[in-house]
Amino acid sequence: MNVSKSILGPALFVCMLVNLYLIFMFAPTESSMGQIQRIFYFHVPTAWVSGLSLFVLFISSILYLWKKQRKYDIVAHAAGEIGVLFMTMFLVTGPIWARPVWNIWWDWSPRLTSSLVLWFIFVAYLMLRNFVENEEKGARLAAVFAIVGFVDVPIVYMSIRLWADIHPRPVIGGGESSGLHPDMKIAFYFSVLTFTLLFLYLLIQRVRLQKTTVAISEMKKQIAY
Amino acid sequence: MIAKVGVLLWKDILSELRTKELIFSMLVFSLMVAVIFNFSFPPGSEFIKDASPGILWMTFIFAGLLGMNRSFVYEVDTGCLQGLMLAPMDRSVIYISKLLVNFIFIGTVELIVTPLFAIFFDFSIIDSLGPFLLMLFLSTLGFSVIGTLFSAIAVNTKTREVMLPILHFPVVIPIIICAVQATSAIFQGREWSEIWNWLKILIAFDIIFLILAILMFEYVIEE
Repeated sequence: MNVSKSILGPALFVCMLVNLYLIFMFAPTESSMGQIQRIFYFHVPTAWVSGLSLFVLFISSILYLWKKQRKYDIVAHAAGEIGVLFMTMFLVTGPIWARPVWNIWWDWSPRLTSSLVLWFIFVAYLMLRNFVENEEKGARLAAVFAIVGFVDVPIVYMSIRLWADIHPRPVIGGGESSGLHPDMKIAFYFSVLTFTLLFLYLLIQRVRLQKTTVAISEMKKQIAY
Repeated sequence: MIAKVGVLLWKDILSELRTKELIFSMLVFSLMVAVIFNFSFPPGSEFIKDASPGILWMTFIFAGLLGMNRSFVYEVDTGCLQGLMLAPMDRSVIYISKLLVNFIFIGTVELIVTPLFAIFFDFSIIDSLGPFLLMLFLSTLGFSVIGTLFSAIAVNTKTREVMLPILHFPVVIPIIICAVQATSAIFQGREWSEIWNWLKILIAFDIIFLILAILMFEYVIEE
């Protein structure tokens, strides 16, 4: 039985509807930022899913190099694609939120800059995969790059942080979760849950699709020779 | 092990000494970058002085990539890499010798270009030569550690020369930040403690990635 289709899919659909209700009806409007603050319930979970993808990418890349089994590479590839998708959403929703609130689209704060760098690492990973003709080799090289990239992320963040500290800038917006209304918290955590389910659903579907692709190409080879 | 690295290192240095292709192209390229950067500021502008550490490092990085791009292309195209892999030695020997070659070539270019830049952009490093050389050593090492590993990766792709910077830049961002900030602290004659803050990150970066790259290299060239 296909668990993701029969259980996860419908559950995700219901969660998404409830999530929309919680975000747009249930959660109170933020007093200083107004309606635009509701993008927060999308913005932060996309960051969470990007982080999750990066972690899955890292673990499955290690497993692939270690065990040399195709399935780990397929998971890594799927996680890489989902990572790019959610990282892009994160980088797009950020400026949409920032423009009305801070009156700027972009500011080179440590968090934003590190996110952009992470996005580049994800994109480089996918490009590398697609630009190597031999598939097994591409998987191996991409796994090496993913591991180096993952280890690099905290160092990037640390050095960007230090760089930003040296050149002080006006502080805009405190911690996002500071002084969150209890109802906002409910909406927020529910949104994180929904996005996590979405991540799982996409990951499982992408892995299945890839496995089918592999199976078909094997069959084609058998017919051709 | 050291003897094996030495042999491979000498092979690359010898072939460079005979052709002088790489170092010369990197040098001429660096000087051209200086001229081109000069045009990105209004004539006689004071900005150029604040920007000189950045210009210096952009030059080193672009010139370095130019050199590192070549480090595995010859080996793969002539089938030499196959020979090296058949040789009775650890794969990491190949990595370390290539790393040293890149480090020496880029370092040589940097040592020639820096005084010329000092003339072009009017800065002086004589007073703080020690910290500057230490910073140059650490940044160039980290830069080559990643670059050597990634050039072995990029040589397998369809777009070789384009792929290396795409892989390389996001990962070496900590080096770029630390090198530029440390250089500007040195140029402005700041205290050692401030310079040391940046050098600490460089040292951590170098150690972490040197170990990681030696471990990973085996998977990169495996056939």
